[in-house]
Amino acid sequence: MSDTVTRRADVTLGEIFLAFLLIGATSFGGGVMAYLRQSLVDKRRWIDDSTFVQMVAMSQSLPGLNSTNMAVLVGDHLRGTAGAAAAISAICLPGGLIMFAIGMVHSEHAARPGVTAMLHGVAATAVGLVMAVAVQIGRKVLTRVDDLVFVALAVIGVNLLHLPVLVVLVVVAALAIWWHRPRTESSPPQAK
Amino acid sequence: MTQIPALIWVFAYLSLLTVGGGLAAFPELKYLTVDVYHWLTSTQLIHLYSLGQVAPGPNMMMVAAVGERVAGVVGALAVVIAFFGPTGLVTLATGRLWRRLEGWRWRESIQRGLAPVAVGLLLAGSISLARGALTSWTGIAVAAAVFALLISTRINPAFLVLCGAVAGLFVFGGR
Repeated sequence: MSDTVTRRADVTLGEIFLAFLLIGATSFGGGVMAYLRQSLVDKRRWIDDSTFVQMVAMSQSLPGLNSTNMAVLVGDHLRGTAGAAAAISAICLPGGLIMFAIGMVHSEHAARPGVTAMLHGVAATAVGLVMAVAVQIGRKVLTRVDDLVFVALAVIGVNLLHLPVLVVLVVVAALAIWWHRPRTESSPPQAK
Repeated sequence: MTQIPALIWVFAYLSLLTVGGGLAAFPELKYLTVDVYHWLTSTQLIHLYSLGQVAPGPNMMMVAAVGERVAGVVGALAVVIAFFGPTGLVTLATGRLWRRLEGWRWRESIQRGLAPVAVGLLLAGSISLARGALTSWTGIAVAAAVFALLISTRINPAFLVLCGAVAGLFVFGGR
């Protein structure tokens, strides 16, 4: 990808909003990335596959949810700041309304024994779900054994030492980035 | 209403911790909303978080439910803007800068260094959620079964959560 931000003037803000609203309303089950790829790359051809993959990598290493980061990056790519704003608000809107409604209902009915029992079941399922997501992402992005040290350090810091997540994030990230620092040996050979 | 400033700073702060995914911020989410501000109980938070996994779209829309509990519509709006605004701006700025830094040698280092940290924080979040959510051997068995199914098959997670609710009614309903 050669540096340029290819503004696609033919995609309107309304189209961006609608596309992300649909993704936000239909992406059940957590795999938002798959829905994004299908909509943006396969169906609408707004971005090509290699741009999509690059944006995914960036979304994962920046703070913020992967799905909302993708919305910002794709929206910006298509229509600048306004496109980014349209995309992120649209992808959040359906789920946000649903959770707002659940919040209202939950305060009134959560104490009923039947509801509590069902929620216990949902919570147990969610634990299995998030564990599986963590392991699947780990399998994909961890390519070297030494990376496991940083995974372990983060877990020890948060779960055993009960340090604030921010402290763990900053310290372990600094260590890991330094560990993967650019080595002079691996730089392109230059005449001495 | 007096809680609005606290809601805004808590969720703006939490959003910056979500490297790798919303789950990374869960331990801090629990600490701040339950232990420090007493906006809800640990069980209520876990239930809302779990329900948030079934809702469509980004998997942290449950923050809207927390905002609603504390301060109604205004609370929900404040929380959503605080949670998605700052990181949205960071991503917008970094996305533009990143393209310009293509030749910068530390770019690769940052990307490769952050990957294991993100996985570690996701795992830490899962453990923290598990500690609060799994209070019986039955719960542990359900979580293990779901984990095994998701790792080995391509079953839809939303369907499993639905099964979890029904199973919960039978397994935990007797108490």
